[in-house]
Amino acid sequence: MIGVGKIKQYSNVLDKPLSKGKQEVSLSAFAFLFSELVQYNQTQVDNIAELERRLEDAGYAVGARVLELLCHRIRLKMEEIVHEHLYALAAYLSTPLLFGNAILGNRRETRLLGILSFVHSTVWKVLFGKVADSLEKGTEHEDEYMISEKELLVNRFISIPKDMGTFNCGAFVAGIVRGVLDSAGFPAVVTAHFVPIEGQQRPRTTILIKFAEEVLRREARLG
Amino acid sequence: MAPAGPRSGDAIFASVERVNAELFTLTYGAIVRQLLTDLEEVEEVNKQLDQMGYNIGIRLIDEFLAKSNVSRCVDFKETAETIAKVGFKMFLGVTASVTNWDADGTCCSIVLEDNPLVDFVELPDTCQGLYYCNILSGVIRGALEMVSMKAEVTWIRDVLRGDDAFELQVKLLKQVPEEYPYKDDE
Repeated sequence: MIGVGKIKQYSNVLDKPLSKGKQEVSLSAFAFLFSELVQYNQTQVDNIAELERRLEDAGYAVGARVLELLCHRIRLKMEEIVHEHLYALAAYLSTPLLFGNAILGNRRETRLLGILSFVHSTVWKVLFGKVADSLEKGTEHEDEYMISEKELLVNRFISIPKDMGTFNCGAFVAGIVRGVLDSAGFPAVVTAHFVPIEGQQRPRTTILIKFAEEVLRREARLG
Repeated sequence: MAPAGPRSGDAIFASVERVNAELFTLTYGAIVRQLLTDLEEVEEVNKQLDQMGYNIGIRLIDEFLAKSNVSRCVDFKETAETIAKVGFKMFLGVTASVTNWDADGTCCSIVLEDNPLVDFVELPDTCQGLYYCNILSGVIRGALEMVSMKAEVTWIRDVLRGDDAFELQVKLLKQVPEEYPYKDDE
C-alpha cells in the first residue's frame, strides 16, 4: 500500500467534480492557521484599525468564494432532486423554502431579507457548523442589521491584550459577510464588535451590517 | 488505571472538535494571496509560508503529544510513521504513507493521498515557483525540532505542479542531545 493513485488528476481545476463539502479538519488545525494569519498581519500594520482592515480583506476573499461555491452546490443539489423526484416536482415547487430561502437554481437572492437569512443560516451552517445565534434589525437606523454569535469560532482561542483595545478578530468574519453580500449585489459596510452580556464573562460578537444606499433604494422599488 | 497505549489517528480525529474543511482551505488561500500581494517574490512567499508552518509546528507538537499518548519513538522510522499515520490524520483528517527509505534510515518520503489545502486551487503562470503547501513542511520541521530532531523537509512532488501525488522528503540531519536549561551547580 504505497499511497499513490488515489489522487485523480484533472488538467483543469474546473473539470474536477465539485465535492459535497462534507470533509472536515480538526478545529485546532484551523485555529493554528487563523492565529498565524492574525500574527502575520500584525507584523504588517501600525495600528489596530489597519489590522482589522487587513483581516477583513482576507475574509472578503473567503466570502466571495463561499457564495460562488454554495450557488453551484445548491444548483447541483436541485438537479439531483429534480431527477430523483420528477414525479413530485409539482409538490416540490410549491415549497421553495427548502434551502432556507437561499438561492434557487442559478438564481441568486435579490431581496434584502432573503440574502440576510442566507448568510445567517446557510453560510453560517456551512462555515461554522451552526446557524448564527440571532439576526436582528437595528432599531435606530433603517439600513442596519446585526448577526450575533455568543462564541464566534475565530474568537474562541483569542484573548485580546489590554493595549489592543477594541480589536476584534471577528473582523475576519465581517469580511466574509461583506464578501458574500458584495458578490451577491448587496454592497455594505460590515464591522465586528464585542457586546458584553450580563452575567457572562465573555462578550458576544455582533457583526454589524450597514447596507449601501442603493441597496435600500432597490429594495423599496421592489416593494 | 491501565497505562493507555498510543491512540490511532482515526480515533483521535473522531474525538476532537472539527470544522468544515472548506473554511480551512479558503482561509489558507486567503493567506497565500495576502503573502503574494505583500511580498511579490514567490521565493519570499515560500519562505514566509515555511516560517508560519514552523511557528505552528512548535505549538502543535504539545497538542499532538497530549492527545495521541505517543511516547518516545525508538528510531526515525517510527517517528516518520507516526507523523504520517497519526499526525496527518489527527489534524487534517487525511491519510499519508511513508516510503522511499534510504539505506541508513535517515531519509524518507511522506506521500499524501489527499490534501485539503489545495481544493479549488490552480497555480497561475505567474506563480509557477510557488510551493503552495509549504506551510506543511514547516509544520513538520517545527514539530520535529521540539522533539530534538533537526530535519530538512522538501517537496518532491506536488499535484499543483503537474505531478501525480504530494510527496514530502523528510531528511533527519541530526538528533540534538537533550540539554537541561540550567546547570546543576547554579
